[in-house]
Amino acid sequence: MTALELSRLQFAVVTVYHYLFVPLSISLATLTALLQTLSYRSTKRGGAAAPAADGSTGDVRWQRLTLVAGKLLMITFAVGIVTGLVQEFQFGLSWSAFARFYGDVFGPTLAIEGMLAFFLEATFLGLWWFGADRLRPALHLATIWIVAIGTLISAYVILAANAFMQNPVAYTLDPETGRARLGSFADLLTNQVVLAAFPHTIAGAFAGGGALVLAIGVHRLRRGDPDGRWRLFTRVGAWTTFAAGAAVALTGDLLGKVMTEVQPMKMAAAEALYATQAGAPFSLFAVGVPGEKEPFLSLDVPWLLSFLATGDPTATVQGIDDLQAQYTAQFGPGDYVPVVPMAYWSFRFMIGFGVLATMVAAWVLWRTRRDRSPDTAHLVDRWLLRLLWTVPVLPALAATAGWLFTETARQPWLVFGLFRTADGVSPGLTPIELAASLAGFALVYGVLAVVWVRLVLRVARTAGDDPEPVPVPEDTEPDRPLVPSY
Amino acid sequence: MDLPTLWFALAVTCWVLFFVLEGFDFGVGVLASALGRDDHERGAGVTTIGPVWDGNEVWLVAAVGVTFAAFPDWYAALMSGLYLPFVLILLVLAARGVALEFRGKGGTERWRRWCDGVLAASSLLVAGLWGAVLGVLASGLALGADGEVAGAGLGRSLAPLVSGPALLGAALGVGAALLQGATFLGLRTTGPLRARARTTALAVLAPVAALVAPVAPLGLVAVAVVALLVALRREVLSFAAASVAVALGVVGVLAAHLPVVLPSTLDPAFSLTVASAAASPGALQLITVAAVIVLPGVVAYQGYSYWVFRRRVASERVAT
Ligand code: HDD
Ligand code: HEM
Ligand code: HEM
Repeated sequence: MTALELSRLQFAVVTVYHYLFVPLSISLATLTALLQTLSYRSTKRGGAAAPAADGSTGDVRWQRLTLVAGKLLMITFAVGIVTGLVQEFQFGLSWSAFARFYGDVFGPTLAIEGMLAFFLEATFLGLWWFGADRLRPALHLATIWIVAIGTLISAYVILAANAFMQNPVAYTLDPETGRARLGSFADLLTNQVVLAAFPHTIAGAFAGGGALVLAIGVHRLRRGDPDGRWRLFTRVGAWTTFAAGAAVALTGDLLGKVMTEVQPMKMAAAEALYATQAGAPFSLFAVGVPGEKEPFLSLDVPWLLSFLATGDPTATVQGIDDLQAQYTAQFGPGDYVPVVPMAYWSFRFMIGFGVLATMVAAWVLWRTRRDRSPDTAHLVDRWLLRLLWTVPVLPALAATAGWLFTETARQPWLVFGLFRTADGVSPGLTPIELAASLAGFALVYGVLAVVWVRLVLRVARTAGDDPEPVPVPEDTEPDRPLVPSY
Repeated sequence: MDLPTLWFALAVTCWVLFFVLEGFDFGVGVLASALGRDDHERGAGVTTIGPVWDGNEVWLVAAVGVTFAAFPDWYAALMSGLYLPFVLILLVLAARGVALEFRGKGGTERWRRWCDGVLAASSLLVAGLWGAVLGVLASGLALGADGEVAGAGLGRSLAPLVSGPALLGAALGVGAALLQGATFLGLRTTGPLRARARTTALAVLAPVAALVAPVAPLGLVAVAVVALLVALRREVLSFAAASVAVALGVVGVLAAHLPVVLPSTLDPAFSLTVASAAASPGALQLITVAAVIVLPGVVAYQGYSYWVFRRRVASERVAT
């Protein structure tokens, strides 16, 4: 493989991997903060009649569930942090020509993300985890909310950087060097693509965290639930995924319209629509012969594509052939068509897995209404319980497919219309260096994944029961040393 | 001072803060295992950095981000030029970060032993690797006209790591981390760990002095000051002095060639200077505003976090 191909493969592997954990960090931070808020309020109100075994008051169920979500958050965050650090270096490591071209726009964005968001997340997560016994409850609650807000800020800023690559705005080209120069930062942050992509990505993130919570809840529910805490957990997760699923569809529709406007080629590739067409149908499913443009088996919904792309069922949607001709005239001879099957199928997998996760959440909500819980006498429940571990995987697959679509269907551009992927790779880098680094990432990331799964399974099996490690009561002797908590 | 020069100073400040803050937690990573005789003592050592290591590591994110923002060419040349060393650093840091965070979440003592081992090995390795990178930077890279390191194959980016300056840098990096880590443990623990930390600090001082003497005779003064303070059992001051010594060393390496930020060993004309590597004025103004607004807050809440966890960690067993 060439250095270019290896660089692309490595970027894809390392970034997709980072993004398996990021959505969970984002959503679990907020869910933990919400659960702790409920716990805090129940304590304020006097909560349960009798204090629990460890002397804590309030509704212990919320307290325990906060700790379960918090443990999942800590385990996931750690992987997010160490893989995110790699991202920070990637643009210089194997995309140094791109870094030089785009550095004036991207550098400040990354720097500001670090200063504004990552310091908040890292510092306050430490305060939250270790500070339970030395911060006042209200302050302790505030620290986890600050972490949650930090994750949202970092998501927004990094997505704005990505949005520039989808739809470059707020820049000028330096006449001497040909490099992009930052124009207005405010315009960069209000790129219409990020305005649509942020809510969509965040909704997708909540679908992921909700599904993990739901799966753990159902698993524990099955093993008995005297005070109803696991029903609460299950339903918090199921509602989160269900609502997020609806939000993902709404915002995805919006994002699709924006994308049709700024990168019509991407959306045409997503539909494998070669000829420009009025009242274009949406293809649900197609089987074709490789290399042939017309599928021999396909299932279409008439007018739907035109409607989704523009809001008007009879509108004209541009096809790949016309766009190729138009771009050739505009940018010079070249192949401006992304890999169509990749675009077509990743788009469908994204939607498919997302819809499936939402349906599972709806089913679980239905089966846990009132005092009910899923039981093995029911056929669907039996399968649900058997395949429970796949539930958190669905949103992760959807998000991965979404990113694969977004990034591969932009090809051959790295920055749309401005800068080609082939020009971005580090000129000095040799394939053997890339092969070595790729092997290193595969090895370390593989081990990380195994360890992460095992720790999450351990939390799923054991966390949240009484008695948990007792929160150490407020210390009155200033000289008593800190007891190790690691 | 013009904006690029100001940003050079600020970028160096971020790098210094990273090396000083992570320096001690690399040291603690090694010493928690080396000095802790049992699970409890090792746990006590790790707890001294548990709440703060991630905040410390974000100074690396900030340093890289600021270098990218203010000097895109410097960032691009450095990362792609030292490609394999940086990949190695990232992989080792990944192992280290999760070993630290996962230590307390696996339940069994065997698991914690594993994590302690990975933490100690990775901390040692990464301190050496960063030291080697600084050693390489002190003499420059084989930058060509396009700002990329010349060469082919694995040796292109690995060869600098086995040069003389790199090996000296690696040894100094490890020595500095151990010294900082030992003085920090002395400051933050009680009981046997505290006593052993002090002995370790004294033991590390002699080899560090021997390494420093030929390259930076003035550095010997710093080593002597630290030695004196450790001998006098002034724990706060000995940690502070060790940290100041590390800071001066890093500044010395990064600012040695000003106005050149990254010297080319092939031809001085290919060296990157503050002016030639700088981003556009618009970008520099933007990050100036951002830094002025955000960084004082960061320093304040990180300081607050150190204050919250200021109490010593008991390394002897206390009844709970
Ligand atoms: C939609 C959200 C999102 C996206 C698209 C990305 N990240 Fe990320 N990143 C986060 C959202 C996030 C986060 C939720 O804020 C994380 C996860 C765990 C954490 O520490 O913060 C994070 C971690 C994280 C860290 C470590 C922070 C720390 O040490 O605390 C860095 C340096 C980056 N990311 C950088 C990047 C870069 C350069 C990306 C682009 C290729 C990227 N991330 C994609
Ligand atoms: C938000 C900031 C992001 C930036 C600045 C960014 C930048 C890049 C760059 C430089 C490349 C390599 C060149 C190319 O192949 O086009 C790339 C490719 C890619 N990215 Fe992104 N990316 C971002 C986010 C993401 C995320 C979060 C994911 C997935 C989870 C992702 C998935 C991919 C994939 C799969 C490729 C390979 C595409 C291909 O080579 O065909 N990206 N991106
Ligand atoms: C149900 C309907 C959905 C629609 C209509 C939809 C629509 C879209 C569109 C048009 C894009 C491409 C935007 C671009 O090119 O930048 C996209 C990207 C993406 N989708 Fe979806 N999506 C849906 C479901 C999901 C689900 C269920 C998830 C995850 C849980 C998800 C996660 C993503 C992600 C992570 C991206 C990349 C983010 C970005 O574009 O910036 N999507 N989606």
